Amino acid sequence: MPEKTYLQAISDGLRQEMRRDKRVFVIGEDVGVYGGAFKVTQGFQEEFGPWRVIDAPLAETAIVGGCTGAAIMGMRPVAEMQFADFVSCAWDHLVTVAAKQRYRAGTPVPIVVRCPSGGGFSGGPFHSQNPESSFAHIPGLKVVCPATPEDAKGLLVTAIEDPNPVLYFEHKHLYRRIKADVPDERYTTPFGEARIHREGEDVTVVTWGAMVYTAAEAADKVAEEDGVSAEIVDLRTIIPWDKKAVLASVEKTSKVVVLHEDTQTGGFGAEIVATIAEEAFEQLDAPVKRIAAPDTPVPFSPPLEKAFLPQVEDVVAGIRELVSY
Amino acid sequence: MATGTLVDVVMPQMGVSVSEGTITKWVKSEGDPVEADETLLEISTDKVDTEVPSPASGVLQQILVPEGETVAVGTKLAVIAPEGVEAAAPAEAPPQEAPPAEAVSEPATGEAAAEQAPAPTPAAAEAQAGPADGEAEGARFVSPVVARIAAEHGVDVSQVPGTGRAGRVTKKDILGFIESGALAPTPTIAPPPAAPAAVPARPERVSPAPEPPQAAQEGESVEPMSAMRRGIAEHMRRSLDTSAHVTSSIEVDMSKVAAIRRKLKTEYQESYGVNPTYLAFVARAAVDTLRDYPWVNGELRGDSIVTRNYVNIGFAVELADGKGLIVPVVKNAETLSLLGMAKAIADLAARAREKKLLPEDVQGGTFTITNPGGYGTFHGTPVISQPQAAILGTYAVVKRPWVVQDEMSEDVIAIRMIMNLTLTYDHRLVDGALAGRFLRDLRERLQTWGESDF
Repeated sequence: MPEKTYLQAISDGLRQEMRRDKRVFVIGEDVGVYGGAFKVTQGFQEEFGPWRVIDAPLAETAIVGGCTGAAIMGMRPVAEMQFADFVSCAWDHLVTVAAKQRYRAGTPVPIVVRCPSGGGFSGGPFHSQNPESSFAHIPGLKVVCPATPEDAKGLLVTAIEDPNPVLYFEHKHLYRRIKADVPDERYTTPFGEARIHREGEDVTVVTWGAMVYTAAEAADKVAEEDGVSAEIVDLRTIIPWDKKAVLASVEKTSKVVVLHEDTQTGGFGAEIVATIAEEAFEQLDAPVKRIAAPDTPVPFSPPLEKAFLPQVEDVVAGIRELVSY
Repeated sequence: MATGTLVDVVMPQMGVSVSEGTITKWVKSEGDPVEADETLLEISTDKVDTEVPSPASGVLQQILVPEGETVAVGTKLAVIAPEGVEAAAPAEAPPQEAPPAEAVSEPATGEAAAEQAPAPTPAAAEAQAGPADGEAEGARFVSPVVARIAAEHGVDVSQVPGTGRAGRVTKKDILGFIESGALAPTPTIAPPPAAPAAVPARPERVSPAPEPPQAAQEGESVEPMSAMRRGIAEHMRRSLDTSAHVTSSIEVDMSKVAAIRRKLKTEYQESYGVNPTYLAFVARAAVDTLRDYPWVNGELRGDSIVTRNYVNIGFAVELADGKGLIVPVVKNAETLSLLGMAKAIADLAARAREKKLLPEDVQGGTFTITNPGGYGTFHGTPVISQPQAAILGTYAVVKRPWVVQDEMSEDVIAIRMIMNLTLTYDHRLVDGALAGRFLRDLRERLQTWGESDF
């Protein structure tokens, strides 16, 4: 199996689907001639032509609105937000139209909105956010947050196949940093099935996206220094999310950290913690711990951003706190 | 203390054969005001789980039996100080320092209070929680998972050495404790402190202390018996030790019943929301037959034979979790029509599965019907519900080739709906010939069921 970066895996998955299915097209800012701000669609316009790789004006409303109409007419559009942060311009089309069309009129809206998200490189408040929980709250939308190259490709294919609008959050900090084996052939990764990134006995860390790697480093550290075995549950998709896998891990360890890069209040971690409290109360041997960013915009300054984003040391401290409880 | 006017709360008698009950939960705490008939606590017996209402309005002055304890019927569980009677202070603390209702506000340190009161009641201990030092707090806090494991294994958490923060017992601690085999028989509750006249003697624990479970072997898992399972186990064994069980079987052609049942089905469902089940027909026919055979509906009581002019039929109902059965009783079944019987059975079965039966619903049976036929079995030898004399088993109704006579009185083979019935009876009272006649008459009633019969 060839080793690929997270970014190559997304690009490969998208190209494969476009070759396979003529209904699939790409639209976004600079996705054509320039090959995308992060080069996910480099070479696409040469291969598929300007009518399937469409350079859009700087108007997310128009991009998602156009995708919604095209999807209703039977196409399989894949929109690229240049940064996930800009998806808020398309909120109305996603939330009011796309999410509700199936319920209101019975028409499927098979669109994928790719949202390069996350911080870690001083992108500041407009280029670093993780807005997944806002969309997780909207019935009718699906929300995907892959952590590995293999999942990035498999989940993208599933998202394109899915008859519902899917927000696909690809973490920018993983684009070229994370490299792993990715099958060349076409495959799908199911929604709603978590992946156990690492098995453990003493404490569970539930997380997704780039934080999977932060959790993994923390788990290495506590294993080495404290002999503590931490289990890491990578949700992979947060709508739908794999409640069963989380509850099974809670039953095993009885101690849980929920970790995400998004800000804490109203973050998707709150939903997970509430579910654990409701459905696994009698399994708990310690309070459930949330580790998330503070409730502020993402700072530009590197030291401030480091203080803002959950770090390996924060997760180590959280695990230690629960283990010693 | 105004001893004379205090009202005792005792473990209620939940059925003739119930001798003990387990306190599952105290809904009220010491010092709580209570209204008459307001739920004080929840108990579990081998027959039913139910709530115990307060016998009077006033203040719950003292809880004498903690949660998880099993005590005999009639044991004093708590004392209510009725309205107008000043609640007596717990003996271990002067009233001005820790009246049960509002002790939290008092600044006595945990240590000092502990010196004064070596064995505080739970409420008193709670009252001192605020100012107690961290260690005592940590040791006392029981996490949900530890509480659950302790309850499942009958472990007294205070006996488990804690390694968590401030000496808290962690999940690992309690699992290690259980695995190590250190689990001793659950200690009885600490005696109530001091002993003024008003405080009753410690209630006797009547259930045998559970034996330390053998450590599970590879591949095994161990779970404690529920109160119901223990009750069933004890009753089944006792019944076999008491009665001389004999089983007779008979084959019944249910074709007529089947035809009538088909006719009634729509009407019953639309008008009354019940199904005219085979069981309802059998029960209805059994009641009539029992009136002709009073001994089958009777009981051996010492050296006497007891018969009745009424029939109370118990129906064995499997619980929804598949982990037990309960036998609710249709009282005065001789007064019920087929429809009444069907409704009574449906009602009891539904309430049994939802655990909504009242104690009186499971008492007073004179005869029992068990119906394992729903699973296709065609024969069985059920165990008699003591102190009854017999139990009727009903089995699957199946199409079978059957020799009947045609209008020319010639033998022909027909396809008929056949059901086996068994009567398991106590041969001390009922002889085989009597049982045979009973079954024959019952069969006759079912085979000749007419459209106008109800």
